Amino acid sequence: MSPITGRGGVRARKIFGRFAEGLCTGTTVLTVGALAYLLGGIAAGGWRTITWDFLTKAPENGMTEGGIFPAIFGTISLTVLMILMALPLGVSAAIYLNEYAGHGLVSRIIRAAVNNLAGVPSIVFGLFGLGFFILFVGRGIDRAFGLGLLFGQPAMLWAAATLAILVLPVIIVATEEALLAVPASQREAAYAVGATKWEVLRKIVLPQARSGILTGAILGVARGAGETAPLLFTGCAYFLPHLPVVQIPHTPVWVINPFDQFMQLSYHVFIMSTQSHNPTEVRPIVFGTALVLVSLTFLMNLGAILWRRRYRRLLEEARV
Amino acid sequence: MIPLDVRSKIEIKGLSYWYGNHQALREVTISLPEKRVTAIIGPSGCGKSTLIKSINRIGEVAGEIRIEGEVRVDGESVYGEEVDLVDLRRRVGMVFQKPNPFPQTIYRNVAFGPRLHGVADKRTLDEIVERSLRDAAMWEEVKDRLQDSAYGLSGGQQQRLCIARALAVDPEIILMDEPCSALDPTGTARIEETVAKLKDRYTVIIVTHNMQQAARVSDFTAFMLTGSLVEYNPTERVFRNPENPMTEDYITGRFG
Repeated sequence: MSPITGRGGVRARKIFGRFAEGLCTGTTVLTVGALAYLLGGIAAGGWRTITWDFLTKAPENGMTEGGIFPAIFGTISLTVLMILMALPLGVSAAIYLNEYAGHGLVSRIIRAAVNNLAGVPSIVFGLFGLGFFILFVGRGIDRAFGLGLLFGQPAMLWAAATLAILVLPVIIVATEEALLAVPASQREAAYAVGATKWEVLRKIVLPQARSGILTGAILGVARGAGETAPLLFTGCAYFLPHLPVVQIPHTPVWVINPFDQFMQLSYHVFIMSTQSHNPTEVRPIVFGTALVLVSLTFLMNLGAILWRRRYRRLLEEARV
Repeated sequence: MIPLDVRSKIEIKGLSYWYGNHQALREVTISLPEKRVTAIIGPSGCGKSTLIKSINRIGEVAGEIRIEGEVRVDGESVYGEEVDLVDLRRRVGMVFQKPNPFPQTIYRNVAFGPRLHGVADKRTLDEIVERSLRDAAMWEEVKDRLQDSAYGLSGGQQQRLCIARALAVDPEIILMDEPCSALDPTGTARIEETVAKLKDRYTVIIVTHNMQQAARVSDFTAFMLTGSLVEYNPTERVFRNPENPMTEDYITGRFG
């Protein structure tokens, strides 16, 4: 008998193969099923709640009726403020890492730090925000300029700063990928006519990486918009009778007031389901709020995907 | 070597060149003549690209390098401490293996260099763009679509656009690193015509793996093997009656 056919149990091996396939298929179905159940549950519980009034009015009657407009407004303003802080920081850090830091020990340590930052539990960011931004920076400014208690209290500014640090890794990684995607031949072409390193970056690399960087920004927004824990101590309000806006003196223009507190969608879900004096009665509001939050996040992710697709197509055209 | 009545533009002496631990050049000494075309031939990996990249110091853009020996342009050391890389690369232009235009309009591609070096006046820029495109023998083809994307051009046109982009900053030397390797025969022929026109005014160094091309376009030919210079003579001599038996083996196709 040949030594190859000597190993028996072909049947057993085939059965094991089928078993492995079944296991993999099963876990996939489980994952997709869990997501479908979750989204389906939110949609089923929430879609009846969503009306024009729900989206445009403030909570009423001890937060058992009315809408969630302040929470939508707060979420969007917070996110805008966050990305305005996170984008310059993250893009600069990525440029430093990719263009200036080299491949030595220092850059490895920084990269490890960025990866670890992505793994820190979000409640720790919340405590950091309270300890660093509010108590250290905010109170520090107050004491230094004798302002009483102006900066040293929870506010949208500090909540946005905390979130900005939380989404930094997302933006840094996306920006680095975008910078790496610019072909070396483009850099060489610019250097060869006498461009300095900064000119190569500013005029050739960054414009070509722009779409990739914006994709990173959208992913960061989507990540930050759904966070709750970092906001608990840094500026989120249970209920606010007014929107966090302020009128610019002598003009009819109102702008977001970053020194005010704010309401926010995911926090609204949290308090409505745990702190309400009548949790059963407000359940439709909870589901409705969750649905709005999920839809908002979904739309932002969709935007990021479409953007990235367009960007890849442009790059492929560039490589012909 | 080069005749006495021709001025030497680039002097390379005992140049050894390392990328990390890999040695790409071994004590190369060569003197390249002004306003002539010098071809550098040799099999893949012989160091011919590295040799020209050592002249405008573009080799160090991608990573760490180490050199011994010296490279002088007009008598000035290129690797000296006082060297201004911006000025060096303005004087020593380069055209790469694969056409690498920027994803911008034809006009902006050519105007890129002059703008960097401070030319802002629209009329001056227009003149530079036209002159450069004429010198690259493509003005007639593109004069009506200067505002179209450079990516709409054929491979050969893109490469001539890259030549125009290099010419626009008024260089003295033009390095060409296998400029036709990505082109079809028609594109190749147009580039060769362009090179022939350039040699009255510029010092051209062209790396090629195509021996017919070296024979057609160049005045002098250098043959390299495993990082060393084997032979350097007037092109006619190299192809008719090479000094070194290894050169003869290579040009007759016995290896490489």
